[in-house]
Amino acid sequence: MADLDTFRSETRSWLEANCPAEMREPVRDESDIYWGGRRATFKNDAQKAWLEACVAKGYTVPAWPKAYGGAGLSPAEAKVLREEMGRIGARPPLSSFGIWMLGPALLHFGTEGQKQRFLNEIARGEIRWCQGYSEPGSGSDLVSLQTFGEDKGDHWVVNGQKVWTSYADHADWIFCLVRTDKADKYQGITFMLFDMASEGVATKPILLISGNSPFCETFFDNVAVPKSYGDDCPAYVGQINRGWDVAKYLLGHEREMISGADGGDRTAGIGAAMKRHSAKLGDELDPVLRAELAMFDVDALAYTAMGEKFLDEIKVGKAHPAQPNMMKYAGTELNKRRHELMMAVGGSRSLEWDSEETEGGKPSRTWLRTKANSIEGGTSEVMLNVIAKRILDLPGA
Amino acid sequence: MPLYHNEDQAMLADTARGFIAEEGNIAKQLRHWRDRNCKDGFGHGLWKQMAEMGFTGMLVDESDGGLGMGHVEAGIVLEEIGRNLTPSPFLTSSVLAATALKHGTDDLKGRYLPGLIAGDSVFAVAIDETAKHRPSRITTRAEKSGNGFKLSGAKSFVIHGGSADMIVVAARTSGSDEDADGITLFAVPKDASGMSHDVVRLVDSSMATHTKFDAVELDGDAVIGEIDGGRAVLDAMLLAGRVGAAAEGVGVARGAMDMTVDYLKQRKQFGKLIGEFQALQHRASHLYSEVEIARAATIKAQQLLDGGSAHADLMASVAKAKVAKTARLAVQEGVQMHGGIGMTDEYDLGLYMKRDRALAEFLGDAYFHANRVAELSGY
Repeated sequence: MADLDTFRSETRSWLEANCPAEMREPVRDESDIYWGGRRATFKNDAQKAWLEACVAKGYTVPAWPKAYGGAGLSPAEAKVLREEMGRIGARPPLSSFGIWMLGPALLHFGTEGQKQRFLNEIARGEIRWCQGYSEPGSGSDLVSLQTFGEDKGDHWVVNGQKVWTSYADHADWIFCLVRTDKADKYQGITFMLFDMASEGVATKPILLISGNSPFCETFFDNVAVPKSYGDDCPAYVGQINRGWDVAKYLLGHEREMISGADGGDRTAGIGAAMKRHSAKLGDELDPVLRAELAMFDVDALAYTAMGEKFLDEIKVGKAHPAQPNMMKYAGTELNKRRHELMMAVGGSRSLEWDSEETEGGKPSRTWLRTKANSIEGGTSEVMLNVIAKRILDLPGA
Repeated sequence: MPLYHNEDQAMLADTARGFIAEEGNIAKQLRHWRDRNCKDGFGHGLWKQMAEMGFTGMLVDESDGGLGMGHVEAGIVLEEIGRNLTPSPFLTSSVLAATALKHGTDDLKGRYLPGLIAGDSVFAVAIDETAKHRPSRITTRAEKSGNGFKLSGAKSFVIHGGSADMIVVAARTSGSDEDADGITLFAVPKDASGMSHDVVRLVDSSMATHTKFDAVELDGDAVIGEIDGGRAVLDAMLLAGRVGAAAEGVGVARGAMDMTVDYLKQRKQFGKLIGEFQALQHRASHLYSEVEIARAATIKAQQLLDGGSAHADLMASVAKAKVAKTARLAVQEGVQMHGGIGMTDEYDLGLYMKRDRALAEFLGDAYFHANRVAELSGY
């Protein structure tokens, strides 16, 4: 305990000295998030300084081992760091699918060579990754995917199409599920890593109902993927044809991420803020709307406790391995409800699509965006299926 | 503090689970006393056994002869009580009255705590005056009279009021009905003259009273805490009671859910186990999710209360409301998914539905506490 207190005070002074004031402002839009990568540019000097300070300290990935660019923090220390960053409102120095998804997969399944190379690149924000999972014919039934890698000895030739590839048009590399054995549905998929600059890779952004394009279609036309990137550094994670194991493991992380279990303002009650918002618009909350906000806040605050419990249990291996599915289900349904209520409070003002007052239609665009929460990373219905099968042990599920 | 049970608490949970499943199960307690039209609605033998297990005085300070444990521990026992629908005076005596008595004089503690710890005495609390929980308005009045008070008024929903050795009564000693101040808590002994009970059996077979006070004469030493300053004691008692009731509700929800999930694995229709039907799987999975969340909120409230946090009150109302909604879902889905058998008296599921109804009403229902969440949050 004394050690943790020391760590807390050290962390507090380190943050005080190193986190620029601008990086303690709430994230307002996409340009405030630093994703890293070969083509990344900093919005301002503060963003650059904050990233560099964190990279030097290992705080872009605090819980990863020092050898791979992390700070080697224990779960308790990592929680202290999160709390202290939350206390001053510090932004994450670096956001990326490398940190959230590929990193955990490599830590679990990767070779030493892969960890040395890829984890350090991710930690320093040098390479931006995207995830190639869904295909036009393989959504909820992901394992039916058809993108095929033909074995050519020292390399594969990959052909096919992915869809819903987040930020593929900004990504440097892709971690991608590719069928390498057509005879075996589950044990015929390889988890490949390759450069998006390879010849034959093309991306096309998809315009969504929100008017934004965070997702792409990604096409592979005779893309040559070498089987190895050097000593102890294969181009696939885990074993050839056993990529489904890695994918399943990663889906757990993805669901955890989408669930919002790790806190932030997404999980807090909104009633008080909605009352202020309503007053600003010259209105007051309708009593029935206030009642719905109150019921929502009960659910939201209870879910916040669940998130805390879930993370505490994960740290000591007490959480049911399928629990992320429950978190994802409950968290995304809650988030959709949250934005329905926010739209109701905003009234006609929240309908505005590109006005300055709404910062370019932020309320309506965000509201529309949340509808994907219960679809991406496994639909709510798939989550309920998994809970039925793996937690409740119901028959035939 | 991590939001799961530590080793000692996990051990206590094992002990409580085994003991209450064995001695406090539905056949041995709830049905047994119900079918005999027991006037108390619970068994004194089990209450004595609970004392031998150390449960009765778990919230009482060690210096007063108790175990000095917290609300996480009390919640562990209550969850098992909920799961087994065990009728007992634990919530009213060991949680509510015990919390009030923490504010009492040594004399009061000496008079009542030994009986509580030994499982010889039963305590009730008299707060509500109308059919809904509304502790902000207290009209029962205690007028100064010599060295003591004269208590007049009426209380309702006094659980175990008819069998209690002492009732903690919230009364007004000054000010008007809606005032926050001017409340005093009294320890009213069962033989106080002028007190009368209209005993009513509730839907869950628990026994409650409408209790009338007709110029009941009380000594000055019946006062718990400060004269006119009883709101703080009442709030502390309500906070403990609500967190406790939430824990019991989690047990009710889990009990009903477990029965239902088991049934889905046994009952066959159309040549299949009904648990194979996705329509039922999804409902069961949704229920599981809600029950997990309600339980997390409850443990959070317990920990905040034990830690003396200023947020305990908000989280207590979150937990009480969330559990009320969730246990309601569990019993309703339970009966529906069981089909006809869930409607029979012989099958236990209906007993869960009845218990949830009474427990959710006790100390404020989901609407009361959702409104309170809004008020405490500033809207």
